[in-house]
Amino acid sequence: QVTVRDALNQALDEELERDERVFLLGEEVAQYDGAYKISRGLWKKYGDKRVIDTPISEMGFTGIAVGAAMVWLRPVCEFMTFNFSMQAIDQVINSAAKTCYMSSGSIAVPIVFRGPNGASAGVAAQHSQCFAAWYGHCPGLKVVSPWSSEDAKGLLKASIRDDNPVVMLENELLYGVPFEMSEQAQSKDFVVPIGKAKIERQGTHVTLVSHSRPVGHCLEAAAVLAKEGVECEVINLRTIRPMDIETVEASVVKTNHLVTVEGGWPQFGVGAEICARIMEGSAFNYLDAPAVRVTGADVPMPYAKILEDNCIPQVKDIIFAVKKTLNI
Amino acid sequence: ASRVVVASRNYADFASEATFEIKKCDLHRLEEGPSTTAVMTREEGLHYYKTMQTIRRMELKSDQLYKQKIIRGFCHLYDGQEACCVGLEVAIKPTDHVITAYRAHGFTYARGVPVREILAELTGRKGGCVKGKGGSMHMYTKNFYGGNGIVGAQVPLGAGIALACKYFGKNEVCLTLYGDGAANQGQIFETYNMAALWKLPCIFICENNRYGMGTSVERAAASTDYYKRGDFIPGLRVDGMDVLCVREAAKFAAEYCRAGKGPILMELQTYRYHGHSMSDPGISYRTREEIQEVRSKSDPITLLKDRMVNTNLASIEELKEIDVAVRKEIEEAAQFATTDPEPPLEELGNHIYFNEPPFEVRGPNQWIRYKSVS
Repeated sequence: QVTVRDALNQALDEELERDERVFLLGEEVAQYDGAYKISRGLWKKYGDKRVIDTPISEMGFTGIAVGAAMVWLRPVCEFMTFNFSMQAIDQVINSAAKTCYMSSGSIAVPIVFRGPNGASAGVAAQHSQCFAAWYGHCPGLKVVSPWSSEDAKGLLKASIRDDNPVVMLENELLYGVPFEMSEQAQSKDFVVPIGKAKIERQGTHVTLVSHSRPVGHCLEAAAVLAKEGVECEVINLRTIRPMDIETVEASVVKTNHLVTVEGGWPQFGVGAEICARIMEGSAFNYLDAPAVRVTGADVPMPYAKILEDNCIPQVKDIIFAVKKTLNI
Repeated sequence: ASRVVVASRNYADFASEATFEIKKCDLHRLEEGPSTTAVMTREEGLHYYKTMQTIRRMELKSDQLYKQKIIRGFCHLYDGQEACCVGLEVAIKPTDHVITAYRAHGFTYARGVPVREILAELTGRKGGCVKGKGGSMHMYTKNFYGGNGIVGAQVPLGAGIALACKYFGKNEVCLTLYGDGAANQGQIFETYNMAALWKLPCIFICENNRYGMGTSVERAAASTDYYKRGDFIPGLRVDGMDVLCVREAAKFAAEYCRAGKGPILMELQTYRYHGHSMSDPGISYRTREEIQEVRSKSDPITLLKDRMVNTNLASIEELKEIDVAVRKEIEEAAQFATTDPEPPLEELGNHIYFNEPPFEVRGPNQWIRYKSVS
C-alpha cells in the first residue's frame, strides 16, 4: 500500500536519478520539502542544482523553466496549486505548447508542469478551480490527471520522459490516500502510457467516465448500485489530452448508457467534450438515452462546509444520474 | 548581367586595420566599462558593412513585398537598428545563444539563416526557414530561439536558456533582448531577480528605439534609464547606432558573464526608421524631421562607411560593389520567395508534438482529418 504522495515522490526520485537533465523547480520544493511534501527528501539527496526553490514569481520561473527545456534540460515545474498557474499561463500555452509547431519541429519543449488541481477542502473560491478543460483545450500540450498511486507514479514518469510539454493535474485530497501497488508498479521502469484510459471496473448497464478524485466516487457509487442489480463500468480517463475516446466508445457500445463525472464546472468541460465526441462517433447509435454529465456546481466555490459539499459531485449525485439515465 | 569594373585598385593600397574612438558608455554599478577605443581590421569592416547592408536591403524588400500583399499579417522591420544585431553577433560565439522578440529578421540573418529562407518564411512558402509554419515572428535556427510574439515573454525564456548554460557548464552565455516598451513588463523584473539570485550567464539587452509602438519612452516609463532598471544588476548604456560601440560593450558583457559574475544589462540606444509594424506609418507620434535627422546624422551603415573610407580601410567604389552584390542577392531571394510553392496541405497537422508516433488531428469538422507526424 502506497499513498499518492509517496508514489509521486518515488517517481521524482527515480527520474532525477535516471537522467541528469531532469530537475525540479518551484516554490518551497527544496528546503521546505514541498508545500504538500511531494518532494520530501529530494533536496537533501540531490542538492541545489537539481531541486531549486524559486521566489514567488510564477510567470518568471515558468518562463525560465520553459527556456531551459528549449535547450534540452528536462524541468519539472511545480505550481503550488494550478490556480497560481494562471499567472504563468502565457508561458505554458504560448511559449511551451505552441513552440514545436511554430518552429516546424526544430525546437522541442520537454517540460512537465505539475501540482494540485481542483477543489480541496475549505480553501474557497480562488484556490479551488479545476483547469482540466482549460489546458485540455490546447493543441501542443499533453494533459494527464491521475487518480490512484499507480496512475500518479506511472504518469509522472511517463510525463518526465515525454519530449513534449505535459500538464499533470494532481489532487491535494488524494495525496494522503493509500492504494495497492503491484510489484510491477513499484519497478523503476514502470510507466503508464499517456493517452490510454483504464477500465477500473467492468460493467454492463452503464458507462461511468471520470478522471482524478471522482473516479473513487464512481467506484463507490458502482458498489452501491451493484446491490440493486445495476452493474456500472467505470472508466478512469487518466489522460485528458490526447483523450482515449475509443475506450469510452467501446464501453458505450456495450452498455448503451453514458454518465460523465468531473469536478470542474459544466460549461465547456471535460464531460461536454466526451458527449460531443460520442455524438460524432460510432457509439451514438448505441445510446439508449442521452448522455448525462455530473460536474461541479456552476458557481465559484463557497467556503461553508454545507455549501462546499453541495458544489462537488457526490456519490449520491452519481447514483441519481445513473438511475435517471437508466430510467429506474 | 555584365559586371562593370568601376575601378581597379591594388588591395595592398588599403590599411589592414584602424583604431577608432568610440563613445564612452554610461555605467551603472560598474567601476569600469568597455574600452573607448576599438580596433577594426579591413576584413571585419567589410564583413560588418556587408551584413548590415544585407539586413537593410532585406527589410526594405520586405516592405515592398508587404505593400504588394505578398507578405501578410504582422511585419516589424529592423532598418535603422542594424548595428545592434551585427555588433552583438560579432562579439559572441556561434555556440552562444540569442533570443529576441518580434522585430527579429536582422537577428535571424545574423545567426545564420539565409535571406531567401527568411523572405520565403515571410511569404509563407515551404522553403521558409520553418516551412511557412511560423511567419515573421517565429523564425528559429541553431542557438536562436526566435522570434517571440508575446511582449516580454522571451525574457524569462532567455534566463532559462542561461540557466541551462550554467547547468551544463559549457561557458556559454545567452543574449536576452527586449525593447523599451517591453521593459515595463513585470515578468522582466521577476527574471532580473532570479537571474541575479542564481548568477545566471544572461546578458539582458534593451533595444531602446525610443518608441513602444506609438508611445514614446517618456510617456511609458517613470524612469527611462533602462540600463539602471535592473537595479542590483550592473548596467551599460551603449550607442546602438555604432557597430563598434555595440561590439565592444557586448564583448565586455560576455566576459563579465563568462567569469561567473552573474547577469549584466545593456541598453542599446537605437532607432527604427519604419513604424512599429507595416500597419503603422510611424509619423503620428514622431516627426518626419526627427526620422530624417537620424538618417542623416546617425545612420549605422553610413557611419561605418565613412569611417572605413576616411581611414583607408576600403574605397567608396569597393563598398559600392558590395551594395550591388547585396542587391542582387536580395533580388534572387525575393524571386525565390515569390515563386516557391506554399506548404502542402498535409503539413497542417505536422509537428504538434516532438518525437511522437503519427496520429490524427481534427480539421474544421469531424470528417476532415489531418495526419500529424513529428
